[in-house]
Amino acid sequence: MTKTSFLTRSEAVGLAILALIIFVAFPVMLDDFRLNLFGKYLSYAFVAIGLVLCWGAGGILSLGQGVFFGLGGYCMAMFLKLEASTPEATAIQSTPGIPDFMDWNQISALPIWWQPFNSFAFTLIAIFVVPAAFAFVIGYAMFRRRVSGVYFAIITQAIAAIATILIVGQQGYTGGVNGITDLRTLMGWDIRPDGAKTVLYFVNAILLFGCLVVAMAIRKSKFGRVLVAMRDAEDRVRFSGYDVASFKIFIFCVGAMMAAVGGAMFTLQVGFMSPTIVGIVPSIEMVIFCAVGGRHSLMGAVYGALLVNWAKTTFSESFPELWLFGLGALFIAVVMAFPNGLAGLFDDYIKPRLRGWRQTPATAPQPAE
Amino acid sequence: MFSGYSLPELGAIITMQGFAGLILFSVFVLMALGLAIIFGQMGVINMAHGEFMILGAYVTYLVSNAFAAYMPALFGAYFFVAMVLAFCASGLLGMIVEWAMIRHLYKRPLDTLLATWGLSLILQQTFRSLFGAREVGVTIPQWMMGSLPVTDLIEIPINGIFVMVLALGISAAVYVMMYRSAWGRQVRAVTQNRVMAGAVGIDTERTDRMTFGIGCGVAGVAGAAFTMIGSTGPTSGQAYIVDTFLVVVFGGAASLLGTIASAFSISQAQSILEFFLSGSMAKVITLLVVVGILMLRPQGLFAMKLRK
Repeated sequence: MTKTSFLTRSEAVGLAILALIIFVAFPVMLDDFRLNLFGKYLSYAFVAIGLVLCWGAGGILSLGQGVFFGLGGYCMAMFLKLEASTPEATAIQSTPGIPDFMDWNQISALPIWWQPFNSFAFTLIAIFVVPAAFAFVIGYAMFRRRVSGVYFAIITQAIAAIATILIVGQQGYTGGVNGITDLRTLMGWDIRPDGAKTVLYFVNAILLFGCLVVAMAIRKSKFGRVLVAMRDAEDRVRFSGYDVASFKIFIFCVGAMMAAVGGAMFTLQVGFMSPTIVGIVPSIEMVIFCAVGGRHSLMGAVYGALLVNWAKTTFSESFPELWLFGLGALFIAVVMAFPNGLAGLFDDYIKPRLRGWRQTPATAPQPAE
Repeated sequence: MFSGYSLPELGAIITMQGFAGLILFSVFVLMALGLAIIFGQMGVINMAHGEFMILGAYVTYLVSNAFAAYMPALFGAYFFVAMVLAFCASGLLGMIVEWAMIRHLYKRPLDTLLATWGLSLILQQTFRSLFGAREVGVTIPQWMMGSLPVTDLIEIPINGIFVMVLALGISAAVYVMMYRSAWGRQVRAVTQNRVMAGAVGIDTERTDRMTFGIGCGVAGVAGAAFTMIGSTGPTSGQAYIVDTFLVVVFGGAASLLGTIASAFSISQAQSILEFFLSGSMAKVITLLVVVGILMLRPQGLFAMKLRK
C-alpha cells in the first residue's frame, strides 16, 4: 500500500466546491426563509452520510435511521422544551413548570427521565450517547448472530414502526402526534428570529463538514478498507481473522450518531420534533437521499439530500399529485437505471470531459444543481 | 382487575376477545400467505405487497358497485366474482412488475426493496387519483350481516366467521399448490438451486414469473376479504406491511406452517394484551417481543435446516 495524502486532488476540489455552495452561494442567493429550508435539508444530509458509511461501504441497509435522527432531535427538543417551560411562562397550567403537553395529559410532576435534560451539557452528551447506545444494542444482538441484508432491513424497519407507535401512544411523556412544539430559546438565546436561523444554518454547515471529514477519514483508514472488503466478501474477511460483527456494530453506531446530530440540528432550525420524522416512511426516504447522491459517495450524499428535499418542497408545493409519482419513479430509477446515483453519473459523463479542461477547474460543472 | 365482572360475563369476554384474536389471526394469515410465497420462497422483498392487497380491495369495491347497478338480483354472490377478479388483477399486475422490474434485481435483494417501495408509492398515488383520498367501504351482502348468538352473552359476527373460513381455505389451497402440485415442486426446486433446476429442464424464468404472480394474486384475494371487515383507503396497505413482514420472518421465512403459527401467536398475544392495556401499548409490546425473539433466534420459529 502506498502512502497517500489524506485528500486526493479531486477530492479536495470537490470539498472546496461543496464548501463554496454551502457557505457562500446559498447564503448569498437565498432569502432567510429559503436559507432556513436549505438548512433543514442539510440536517438530513447527516443521515445520508451515515448511510453511505453503513450501506454503501458496509453493506448494512438500515431502514430505521429515522429513529436515530429522532432520538437526537428529541433529546434537543426535551432540553429546549424544559427551558421554554419556566414556572412563569406556564403559570396558567395546573402544574406550572412542566411542559404544556404533560399538563394537558394530567401529569403533575416531571418524569424522572426528563429531569437530566435540564442540563445543556447532559443534553449534548445524550445526543451522542443515547442513539449510539441504542444502535449498539441493536447491532450487538443482530450482527453477533450474523443477521444481515434484508433481515436487518426488515427488523430496523419494525423498530421504526415501534418507535412511532410508542411516541404517539405515550403522549403524556412525548407530546404524542404533535411532538414537542413551541420551542423558544437555547440557553437564553432566542432561536426563532431570522438572524438566529442564519447563525444556526452556519453551525449546521460547519458540523456537516466535520461529519464529512470524519466520514472521509473512516473511509480512508484501514478500518474503511476492511469494511468494504466485508461488504464484498464477508466470509473471506471473517476467515482472515477479523471480527466482522465488531466492525459492523461500530459503523452502525457511527451512522446512528451522525443521524442524531442531524436530528438535533433539525430541531434547532425547524423549532419542533415530532413522530412524523421518526417513522417508516421518513426513514426509507432518508435512504433515497443517499441512493440519489450515490451510495458510495460521501459528498454525493449531501447533494442527494439537498436535491431530493428541494424537489420535494418544490413539487409538493406546485403539483402535490405528481410528487408521489415522482418520488416513486425516483426510487425505481435510482435502483434500475443509475445505481451509483449522481456521483456515478458524474464519474461516467462529466469527469472524462473535465480532463479536457483541466486548466480551468473552477468552472467545473457540479454533480448536483 | 376482574372485580365487577361476574363469572359468566368474564367467560364471555374471554371468548369474544379470543374470537377477535382469531379474526386478527385470519387477517394476518391472509396477508402473510402471499408474502410467504414471494419472500419465503423467492427471497424477494416486495414492499408493494400491501398495495397489491389494496388493489384487490378496490376491485371488490368496483364489482360490488357494478352488481348493485346492473344485477341487483345476484348481489349476494358478488363477492365470489370479486374474489376471482381480484386474484386475476393483482396476479396480472404482479407478473408485469416481475417482468419489468423484479427479474433484473434478483441478485440485489436490498435494491428490490427500494424499487418495490417506489412502486408502492406510485400505486398509492394511482389509487388516490382514481378512487379519491377517502376510504371506501363496500356493502356487505345480506347473508353476511348480523351475528350468530351462541349464548345470551356471546355473539359471533358472521363476516368474521366468513373471513376465517376464507383464510383456512386459501391456506389449504396454497399448501396444495406448494407441496402437492408440479408447479409447487418447480418453485421449490428453483429456489433451492436455480442452476440445477434449469439444468433438469425447468423454465426458471417462467416459474419466477408465475410464483410472483400467484403471490400477488393471493394478496389480491386477501384484499377482497378485507373489504368484508373494514374499509379501504389508498394508504391502507402501507399500514400492514410491517406486521406482515414480521409475521413471515418470525415464522421462519420458508415455512408455510411457521407463517401460520406465527400469525396465530402474534395475533393472540396482541388481542389478549389489548384487553389489559391500551391498543397502542399492546401493539408495541407484541412487536417488541417479536423483534426481541428475532434477535435471539434470527431464523424464526420454524427454520429449514441449512448449513451456513
